[in-house]
Amino acid sequence: MSNIPAELRFAESHEWARLEADGSVTVGISDHAQEALGDVVFVELAEVGKVFAAGDAAGVVESVKAASDIYSPVSGEVIAVNEDLTDAPESLNEKPYEAWIFKVKPNNTAELEKLLDAAGYKAAIGE
Amino acid sequence: MGQRTPLYDLHLALGAKMVDFGGWDMPLHYGSQVEEHHQVRRDCGVFDVSHMTVIDISGHQAREWLQYLLANDVGRLHGCGHALYSAMLNEQGGVVDDMIVYRTEDGYRLVVNAATRDQDIAWMQAQLGSYQVMMRERPDLAMLAIQGPQARHKIAELVTQSRGVLIHQLKPFEGRADGDWFIARTGYTGEDGLEIVLPADQAPGFFNDLVGAGISPIGLGARDTLRLEAGMNLYGQDIHLNVSPLAANMAWSIAWEPASRAFIGRAALEAEREAGVQLKLVGLVLEERGVLRAHQVVRIADVGEGEITSGSFSPTLSKSIALARVPMATADRAEVEIRGKWYPVRVVKPTFVRHGKTLI
Repeated sequence: MSNIPAELRFAESHEWARLEADGSVTVGISDHAQEALGDVVFVELAEVGKVFAAGDAAGVVESVKAASDIYSPVSGEVIAVNEDLTDAPESLNEKPYEAWIFKVKPNNTAELEKLLDAAGYKAAIGE
Repeated sequence: MGQRTPLYDLHLALGAKMVDFGGWDMPLHYGSQVEEHHQVRRDCGVFDVSHMTVIDISGHQAREWLQYLLANDVGRLHGCGHALYSAMLNEQGGVVDDMIVYRTEDGYRLVVNAATRDQDIAWMQAQLGSYQVMMRERPDLAMLAIQGPQARHKIAELVTQSRGVLIHQLKPFEGRADGDWFIARTGYTGEDGLEIVLPADQAPGFFNDLVGAGISPIGLGARDTLRLEAGMNLYGQDIHLNVSPLAANMAWSIAWEPASRAFIGRAALEAEREAGVQLKLVGLVLEERGVLRAHQVVRIADVGEGEITSGSFSPTLSKSIALARVPMATADRAEVEIRGKWYPVRVVKPTFVRHGKTLI
C-alpha cells in the first residue's frame, strides 16, 4: 500500500498537485510512482518560464530501470523548479511528497477539480 | 504466470518486486537496486540464478563434439575442475549463445542463458549428428551465485567442512563437485565469488541460511548494473544471432589454434577477419548528467554512427555508462542522442569496474 495524502490532487499519470496559498500549484510524483520506477538517478527539469497545457510533457525522471516523462497536471507557466533534485534525485524515492519537481502559475485553478482526489487515485492504482 | 524457481516463495517473503525475465518470474530487487549493487561491490550478496539452464554432456565423444560445437576449445581444459567461457556460433558466425563450460568427472557441464534455453537445446540437438554424446538437461538443480569480496570467506563458514575446504582451494574459473553440490569460482559481477549448483529441494534451506547469516539477497536489477560495470555481455542485448563475436569483445574466447579444429562458424569468422572486422564493442562514459540507454544513437565525428547495446546508471561511478557497437575507427570521443539532444561521451575500454576498483 502506498502513501496517498488526502489533501493532494493526482493525475492518472501519477503526478501529485497541491494548490498553494499564493495561488501557485506545486507538482511532484506519487509514492506509487516512485515505487514503480525504482531508484531515481536523474531528473531532467523543465525551464522556468515555459508554458504548458495540462498533460504536456514537463520533464523526465530517470530511474535505474527506465526514463519516464512527467506531465504537467494543469495549464500554466513554470515559475520554479526544484534544483535540489540535480544533486539528490533519490529524494524522489525517499520523500515523494516533499521532493517537489516544479511549480506552475496556473491559468485556471478550476483545472485542479478535474484531477483525481485521494480516493479516486487510490482506486485508479488498484489499492 | 511465468516459470518459478524453487526460491519463488522466499523472494516474495523477502519483499521482492518480481518481474518477467525470459519467461521466469524473478526478483528485480528487494527494496533498492542501488543498495544491492553496493552491497555486492563492498561485501557480498546472494543471487537466485536457478532460471539458468544447466546441461550435462557425457559420452565418449563429448570432447570432440564440444570442440565442433563451441568457438572456444574444451581441449584446453586440462583435467576435471577447470572451466572456460565460450560462444556457441551458427554457420554465419552469429552468436547462438554464450556459456561457461566446466569439465567434470563424467564429461562437461554447460551453463547457458535462461531466455535462450529453447533455441540452445534445438540448436545443440541439430548438431549431434552421429556423435556418441548424451545431452542431459538438469531442471532438478537450482543455482545460487554468491558474489563479492567477502563471498568465499562467508560461505565457507556456512557449509560442511569438506565444502569449506573446497571453497578455499578453488582458483578463479575452477569448479568441482562435493557430494550432490557443484561449487565453482565463477560469476557475472566482476567480483570474486561462487556459483553453487545444488539439488532444487536443498536450495530454499541453503538460501535461508545465507540470508539468516546476514548475506543480502540481490535482484536481477543489480545483477545487470554489476555485469555492465564489469563489461560483461548480456545475451539478447550486446550479443545475439546477428552479431559476430569479433564485434562483441569476444575475440579472446575464440580458439583459433589448432587451425585444424573445424568449429561451427569458423569459416565465417576467418572470412570476416580476412576482410577486416568493421565494428567493435566499446564502453561509453557520460560526463554530464543523464542516463545512457540501449538503442540510443552514437555519432562519431568523421567516422560514422553506432548504437548503444546496454546502458544504465553506474552506482559505483555515480554516472551513466554504456556498451556501444561502433565503427572500428572510433577513437576516444563520441556523442549520444538523448531525447533529441546530443551529449558528449568518452569512449573507453569496456571494463569499468573490477574487484571493487574503478578502471576508467
